[in-house]
Amino acid sequence: MRVLNRTAGRLSRHRRGPLAGLVVLLLGLLISGSLYTALAPAQADSQASETEQVAQGKELFLASCAFCHGKNGEGMPTVREGYQIGPSLVGVGAAAVDFQVGTGRMPMASPGAQAPRKPVVFSQEEIDALAAYVASLGPGPAVPNESDYSIEGLSETEREEAISRGGQIFLTNCTACHNFNGNGGAMPRGGYAPSLHGVEGKYIFEALLTGPQNMPNFSNGNLSPDEKRDVIAYLGSIQDTPEYAGFSLGGLGPVSEGLFAWVLGIGGLVGAAVWIASHTTRSKKSKVSA
Amino acid sequence: MSTDSRLDTSKVATSNRTDAATASKPGPGASLATWADDRLGLATAMKKNLRKVFPDHWSFMLGEIALWSFVVLLLTGVFLTLWFNPSMGHVTYEGSYDQLRGIGMSESMASTLNISFDVRGGLLMRQMHHWAAMIFIASMMVHLLRVAFTGAYRKPRELNWVIGCILLLLGTLEGFTGYSLPDDLLSGTGVRAADGFLKATPVAGTYMSFLLFGGEFPGESIIPRLYIVHVLLIPGILLALIAAHMLLLVYHKHTQWPGPGRTEQNVVGYPMLPVYAAKAGGFFFMVFGVIALMGGLMSINPVWKFGPYDPTKVTAGSQPDWYMGWPDGLLRIMPSHMETVLFGYTISWNVLIPILLVPPLMLTVLILLPFLEGWVTGDKRDHHLLQRPRNAPTRTAVMVALMTFYGLAWAAGGNDIIAIKLHASINQITYFMRVAIFLGPLLAFWITRRWCISLQRHDNEKLLHGYETGIITRSPEGQYAERHLPINPKAAYTLTARDRDEVFTGAGDTDAAGVAAPNSRSERLRARLSRWMYSHNVQKPTAAELEEAHHHAEHEAELTAGLDHPVDGHQFDDHRLRDTDDVPLRDH
Repeated sequence: MRVLNRTAGRLSRHRRGPLAGLVVLLLGLLISGSLYTALAPAQADSQASETEQVAQGKELFLASCAFCHGKNGEGMPTVREGYQIGPSLVGVGAAAVDFQVGTGRMPMASPGAQAPRKPVVFSQEEIDALAAYVASLGPGPAVPNESDYSIEGLSETEREEAISRGGQIFLTNCTACHNFNGNGGAMPRGGYAPSLHGVEGKYIFEALLTGPQNMPNFSNGNLSPDEKRDVIAYLGSIQDTPEYAGFSLGGLGPVSEGLFAWVLGIGGLVGAAVWIASHTTRSKKSKVSA
Repeated sequence: MSTDSRLDTSKVATSNRTDAATASKPGPGASLATWADDRLGLATAMKKNLRKVFPDHWSFMLGEIALWSFVVLLLTGVFLTLWFNPSMGHVTYEGSYDQLRGIGMSESMASTLNISFDVRGGLLMRQMHHWAAMIFIASMMVHLLRVAFTGAYRKPRELNWVIGCILLLLGTLEGFTGYSLPDDLLSGTGVRAADGFLKATPVAGTYMSFLLFGGEFPGESIIPRLYIVHVLLIPGILLALIAAHMLLLVYHKHTQWPGPGRTEQNVVGYPMLPVYAAKAGGFFFMVFGVIALMGGLMSINPVWKFGPYDPTKVTAGSQPDWYMGWPDGLLRIMPSHMETVLFGYTISWNVLIPILLVPPLMLTVLILLPFLEGWVTGDKRDHHLLQRPRNAPTRTAVMVALMTFYGLAWAAGGNDIIAIKLHASINQITYFMRVAIFLGPLLAFWITRRWCISLQRHDNEKLLHGYETGIITRSPEGQYAERHLPINPKAAYTLTARDRDEVFTGAGDTDAAGVAAPNSRSERLRARLSRWMYSHNVQKPTAAELEEAHHHAEHEAELTAGLDHPVDGHQFDDHRLRDTDDVPLRDH
């Protein structure tokens, strides 16, 4: 406070100086100018580029997506009840596009029980354009920022708490389909909950937000962004920690354990029995001459 | 020795010593043995048993895997009890595993995590204990199959078969009580399922559940109760029954494969000391080694990933351990709508049939197999020579049908894992299994029986016409034929060392005076079963048939003199081995 007062006092001494008016004028111009540069032209610029982006996205959409989702993303109605070719994309938001196209699920190679994860066909720039176009169809969840799904900014204790809290949320909400280790599980009629290993935090966040395919939608109302972040942190932690117990055998639970008990355990031990029984004490060894 | 045969001087001392001869001082081992023998009478007991002869065959060692893995279970189990705390008291975990620190859980879960992460060697012991349990029950099953397929369960071993079946049941229950103890998410789900099964029992269900859990599920009593059952009650009975099983084995003497010199009255093999003591001892270390390797290298039941049990949670891939998998499979393929409402009470056939009716029924069928067979054949003789599976086609086929049923139900228990790994629809797997569980065993029965009968025919071919030499001859008429050579007498003896099956035709419904015979109804059933079981079998050739076939072969040998050797390359096959004098068929 005293420093401020002193500075203010020193300034105050010069306020009636000959150059004071000029300095204030220049300062004013500088501040308002830089503020304008920082804010106003940028808006004008992004406005222009967003329109461009939407237009680019629309072009891509017409070429790659419209066949199933309709020329305006309105979806493809079918005669058969419950049989969906391409759902309406109005209101699904940029997050849904970023997830589906960013993980290679869309565009689909062929219709089927579920769109599988496969190599991504669009560049991130094109995906952003598609997302911008679909977002323009109706309000929906936006692509999350990195700070939404990363625990980088937290302290060590906060991180640990986030991870153990995330584990409990994961076991309550996710393991029923995705398995305790995030290795995935079966869904009815050929569907499946995919493995979560090696999936980027952004995509898990988006999947939670938009509920792709068989997955329920975990809106920010029922699973807050922080809770989503914690789940992602937990998944990261179980991938980062070493397998304490040895080979995980697929991390699928007792079925794969039983398979290994029979094949390696009983298989190996029966082999040992054959070996022991075939090496026997003989009074004379028969010679087999060729 | 003196040449004079009337006077035996061999016992007369030839020494000129004046002091009495004394035995030299025995070594420390011998004196210890004498000390023990003077007090315990070991020599008398051991004299016979150390010389006890056991026949040599790899399939006779399958039960040993079970025995040795049980020893590993006892050793590792004792280690685990030193740290495990079977309590459902609530604590907050503060151990080494980061992801669960600060989470509330039962003391049993916390102590399991403590064993896994903070006790030196604890995780290895836990995993060895669990792998040993899986192998214990699996080896009991393969041992059971060997006994059934070779007819070793016939008189006098029926009761030992019953003991074995009870051991299998107890082993399964022991496994269930064991993997329920950590109180993690997976085991809690299993206990919850068991609670549901109990409650599916009509009338008594809820009472039984309340009795077991000491109130409504989960209560606070189940873990301590399962613990005492797991560490005291069942292991005690298991130990007693294993002792009885092995005492009966010693009393009956081990069965053996038929062959020259092997009869129903003897056992051909090697003595306990030194051969079998070394073999069995060595095998113990191999079983121990395999289990230690598995425990050290392969993750089993990673409870820290499941987290503590909480009724609101569940995980995909919630299966029981493999030996409980087949009732789970039946439950999974059972149509869910099968329920009857009777006076306002629901009878859940969809749980009752796959869990409470079929498994006890299967166990009963298994226990009764030797008795049923004995009743149909009417065979009251002792059997110490084994049968090759092909020589009892119906029995072999029945066992394969039972295995098929078990295998299909077992696979159905892993339907979700099969679905994701084979990219199939879980619904279609379920529909397939619903049909296959009925058709599969029938098909397996039919194929196995025809297969066995074909193999019997093949044996007869070998006996009558010899084995295929690989030499193709062309007759002057241009006809091609493969030359056969007779098998050696030992192999022929072994192939014919079996009884002819007798089909029981029944004593007739009425006697000569037209009076209905007593028990004619059960006798008729017995006759029908006997016809069904034995009338298709191929019997071994008679002496006259063999004679004629050999005569024919000799005649043919004269015509093709110089060709009575197998084609080049046959020196190394087993016919050549069987021709050597000292290696009889199935010696090892």
